[in-house]
Amino acid sequence: MAKVYAVVQHREGKIHRMAWETVTAAQQLAALSGGQAAAVVLGSGVAGLAAELAAWDLESVRVIDHPRLADYTPGGYVAALAALVALEHPEILLFPHTYQTVEYMPRLALAASAAIVPEAFSFEPDGAGGLLWKRPILEGKLYARVRAKGAGPILVSLQSGAFSADARRPGQAPVATVEVDLASAATWREILGVKEMGGERVDLSKAEIIVAIGRGVGGADKMGPVEELARVLKAELGASRPVIDSGWLPRDRQIGSSGQTVAPKLYLAFGISGAIQHLVGMKGATCIVAVNKDAGAPIFKVANYGIVGDLHEVIPALLAALKAE
Amino acid sequence: MRIAVCIKQVPDTDARLRVAKDGCWIDEDDLPFAINEGDEVALEEALQIAEKHGAEVVVVSLGPERVREALRKALALGAARAVHLRHEAFAGGDAIATGRALAAVVRREQCELVLTGSQSDDNGYGATGTIVAGLLDWPHAWLVMGVELEEGLKTLKVTREMESGLSEVVRLSLPAVLEVQAGLNHPRYASLKGIMSAKKKEIAELSPGDLGLTESEVGRSGSRLEVLSVAFPESSAGAQILSGEGAAGELVSKLKNEARVI
Repeated sequence: MAKVYAVVQHREGKIHRMAWETVTAAQQLAALSGGQAAAVVLGSGVAGLAAELAAWDLESVRVIDHPRLADYTPGGYVAALAALVALEHPEILLFPHTYQTVEYMPRLALAASAAIVPEAFSFEPDGAGGLLWKRPILEGKLYARVRAKGAGPILVSLQSGAFSADARRPGQAPVATVEVDLASAATWREILGVKEMGGERVDLSKAEIIVAIGRGVGGADKMGPVEELARVLKAELGASRPVIDSGWLPRDRQIGSSGQTVAPKLYLAFGISGAIQHLVGMKGATCIVAVNKDAGAPIFKVANYGIVGDLHEVIPALLAALKAE
Repeated sequence: MRIAVCIKQVPDTDARLRVAKDGCWIDEDDLPFAINEGDEVALEEALQIAEKHGAEVVVVSLGPERVREALRKALALGAARAVHLRHEAFAGGDAIATGRALAAVVRREQCELVLTGSQSDDNGYGATGTIVAGLLDWPHAWLVMGVELEEGLKTLKVTREMESGLSEVVRLSLPAVLEVQAGLNHPRYASLKGIMSAKKKEIAELSPGDLGLTESEVGRSGSRLEVLSVAFPESSAGAQILSGEGAAGELVSKLKNEARVI
């Protein structure tokens, strides 16, 4: 009879897309274990969000509404959730694997004597009354089957897209307010402001064809043939994060979880291994072509066509073939 | 000020991976290793802070004998000293067990700032630095994109990445833990002089006992997460692989006639 809590992330009055995936996962996990799924929303003035969550098949919506939770801070969130765990003893807390949850989950684990399973993408019974989780390792090239041991709750963050938001079951859930004392919650930071990173000048979401490059391109001085290919195909140039971080292309060309999400009819990925952070930004493309030296690169799993080889040889060959047509 | 930089040695990004015989990790024989990218950026940031404000940079790493190479490189880049947690009891830890060992080093070394990468390229927990902060009860920030030590050297102005292209600027008071993101800076290369002087620098090996910890508090036995097996993803549908000399021509024709996208 596992008690499963889905912790719902939100910002500016909107529930995070991945939070709905967490609700689906909580429902499935509760069904598997004959337990109950609840949603937890914390913030200040979040009655509207709680009402939205109440329209789904949940045992309840737990609300922690406190002025100190108006903005996300690790101090406030850890104190509030640790208090909730101490009061209600959920066995499993599910989170979306986001920049926000990854930042505070480990501290919550310490405060609540919990185990952490980061970035799980599936679960199954372990045959001994517990659960096995699968999570990516080595940048998604492999996955690990892991299990929490020892007493205490388990905190699990769920990989983006691993559970379908659309699969959540509607229903009716009572809203329950949980009072917590945050007077002595740690103040680990003072928020000075929020700003746009670099500003998105190029809107890649409207591109029909994207030629994307990864770390494998090898340097800013090796871009000539790539740029020519983009010209010939009338394509936009895109890149995975390492290319941007190395300064080979400007930040507005970044595709993936910390960049733009695209869905062109043709996506050509050169020297991109296919880490999940990149895949979430481009897997909606109609046709994906992958060129990579490593036959085991995860990008080949989502691609329609693949060439195992050095992009510096394949691109000139492609240019020649296009010109010959 | 003393700065601890926690680095991890991970398989090289381009390395060919094989599952080890016991099925619980990859086969490390003949596997090339490198310093985890985020940790190298953390080291660079620490060295820049040290050059600007004056500080001693101590680099810390947990792992077997091979890790000495990573520490030696960090010393060549400019770290003053190194601490190697080589003892077998440290091996196989999750973020909590590894964080416990690293926090004990930070305490022992009386550091005021800890820098490390946001996550490792192998296990990718993204949690170890935060555990260090939690155990020390220090402020921390994850996915740090900018670091500015404020006047008086008591506070830090930190830019951290948020979702959807936003970043947040926060002030943390020292001591603190910063988990940095690749792209924060461009790590330097080691100079010949650096490589020569690194040979004379100290690499201290510490055991759990030296850190006031028992063997059951660290490594596999101190962990809450147990790795049962690792595997390559099942090859489901996947790509139609084109090969041979005509691959490029074949691809162009398929894109035109089969997928009809060009």
